[in-house]
Amino acid sequence: MNFIAILKVAGRALGRNKLRTALTMLGITIGVGAVIVLVSIGQGAQAMVLDQISSMGSNMMYVMPGNLNFGGAALGAGAANSLTDEDVAAMEREIGTIRAASPVVNASGQLVFGNQNWFVRMQGTNQRFPEIRSWRVEQGDFFTDSDVRSAARVIVLGKSVAEKLFPGVDPIGETIRVRNLPFRVVGVLSAKGQSMVGQDQDDTAVIPYTTAQRKLLGQQIPSINQAMVSSISQEATGVTQRQITELLRQRHKIGPGESDDFMVRNMTDAAATFTQLTTIMTLLLGSIAAISLVVGGIGIMNIMLVSVTERTREIGIRMAVGARPNYVRLQFLTESIVLSLMGGVIGILIGGAIAALVSNRLGWPTLVSGLSVLVSFAFATVIGIFFGYYPAHKAAALDPIEALRYE
Amino acid sequence: MEEGDAVDVGIRSQESAVTAPVQRPVQASERAVIHLEKVHKVYHMGDIEVHALRGVSVGIQRGEFVAIMGPSGSGKSTMMNIIGCLDRPSKGHYFLEGVDVSTVNKSGLADIRNQKVGFVFQSFNLVPRTSALENVELPLIYAGVGAKERLRRAKEALADVGLSDRERNMPNQLSGGQQQRVALARALVNNPSLILADEPTGALDTRTSTEVMEIFQRLNEERSMTIVIVTHEPDIAQYAKRIIQFRDGRIHQDVAVDNRKNASKVLQQLPVEVEDEDE
Repeated sequence: MNFIAILKVAGRALGRNKLRTALTMLGITIGVGAVIVLVSIGQGAQAMVLDQISSMGSNMMYVMPGNLNFGGAALGAGAANSLTDEDVAAMEREIGTIRAASPVVNASGQLVFGNQNWFVRMQGTNQRFPEIRSWRVEQGDFFTDSDVRSAARVIVLGKSVAEKLFPGVDPIGETIRVRNLPFRVVGVLSAKGQSMVGQDQDDTAVIPYTTAQRKLLGQQIPSINQAMVSSISQEATGVTQRQITELLRQRHKIGPGESDDFMVRNMTDAAATFTQLTTIMTLLLGSIAAISLVVGGIGIMNIMLVSVTERTREIGIRMAVGARPNYVRLQFLTESIVLSLMGGVIGILIGGAIAALVSNRLGWPTLVSGLSVLVSFAFATVIGIFFGYYPAHKAAALDPIEALRYE
Repeated sequence: MEEGDAVDVGIRSQESAVTAPVQRPVQASERAVIHLEKVHKVYHMGDIEVHALRGVSVGIQRGEFVAIMGPSGSGKSTMMNIIGCLDRPSKGHYFLEGVDVSTVNKSGLADIRNQKVGFVFQSFNLVPRTSALENVELPLIYAGVGAKERLRRAKEALADVGLSDRERNMPNQLSGGQQQRVALARALVNNPSLILADEPTGALDTRTSTEVMEIFQRLNEERSMTIVIVTHEPDIAQYAKRIIQFRDGRIHQDVAVDNRKNASKVLQQLPVEVEDEDE
């Protein structure tokens, strides 16, 4: 069979009644366009969430001291002082799937520079902080290993804090007072923006955890609030989590059957939950749009049935000169597929344009992915075949004698 | 409708005193293009059975030019549909070039029509909004002939009917005679064993009718093509070599034409019109 000939006849048949063809295509165009727009909004949201999660740090986990039972009263997570900086060092040393780990000591206080002051919740960490949180230092440098060992009074400011305290001034090398102690500003972190819950992540400052323990908090027995751990890959987070649990149980001499005195929080789990949520949203939006695609398909079927009736005599002629029923079927099927594919392509273009407009004007993130284009394309084809099949079958089943007599 | 015509058959056949049918002895010779053996065709219209053909046996040899005649309802249209492989006999056998087509399925019949039969209809039956050339190409497309070869053969066939200068015209830009000649070119293009024409001059005036008959005669003489035409005009039948009369679903008469008319001579005697299509 000659496919070019089939396409030519299909083109001519569709060109015969341009308005009708255009209106039928419009049904598919709207359906495909809606799928593209809604799915791109869903995927945009998903991409944003993933971006947020990865901004928390690369393959991050938090290890927190566990519950402390004090005379029968459970004091809740983090109450115990069961986690030490030696635990953190041991984790990094002994667990191969950990890329970096750092103790975290929380401290807060008023930061003062000249006539500016700002209350900041600071984090005391070691020098691995930028690596673990995947957080670049924009200006100056991060503090060093020796700063940590010597509990030096150095501070790295978050972007917002730097802007509050040093409006129009280069903060590097300046001395600020934290709880009345002088600290030297060694660096400023890059801007990270809002967290998923709307917190300004840049409203922070980082100091060596030793400095926080000894100079700011004045702890007699140094303790840490939690540890942050970065795993070498996302796949390895599960293994890392198990190994941390094993190691800490061993180090804390917890017998079998006894409960852990610490908790490991895997941020990847949270990421998975959010991803799942946005995936469901995307699917929901997509399936609503798919309904209009089905309606468009019914339009195609309707028009193809009309076309078969109108062209009954032509079908009879074609059969008389030797067109097999299968050929007639293929002819009409091709017409409905061409119809829905053309509608689909226009729908993809218009949908893409609307998605771009939405992110431009409304500021919603949208993402027109190759996959959604491919899926809509495939969907349009399937619609064309599905709704074109019955009319095509009807055409193929015509009796040539009857068809030739049809007026 | 066929069924409507055929109802009369049943009623009339009861009373009419059938003059002894003059039938040639049928021989399934090697040269027979068409060979029918006791062919019956029964239509069912609800509860009514309509017997359109009642045991027709006939042979048509290569190079014959046969006119099938008969009143409406005599079964000649049914005969034509069966010969043209548009329909199958209810009973009996039909051999086209020695092949029994009585049991071939729809696709197979389509292939046989494509390869062995060229149709010409009363109402021309060209595909609308499709050029003369493309109409002629149609059977070649279904035969799977390549584009180049298709074009060459279609042009050749159009030249055979004298329409080389009308290749690009749409059917509605052609006169009735020209349309019928395009249909003839389409019937010829795949080099069929048989050209089957159903009232080919029914929609044409005397002059164009004669022109079309002239082409039939020429094809018959020059290429010894087998031609079967169905007509109710005795005039037209006189251009054939043999006339088969149908009545009540049977062959009533089967005779050779004595005073055969020559279309080209008739044409010369016709008054020349101003807007002559045929040069």
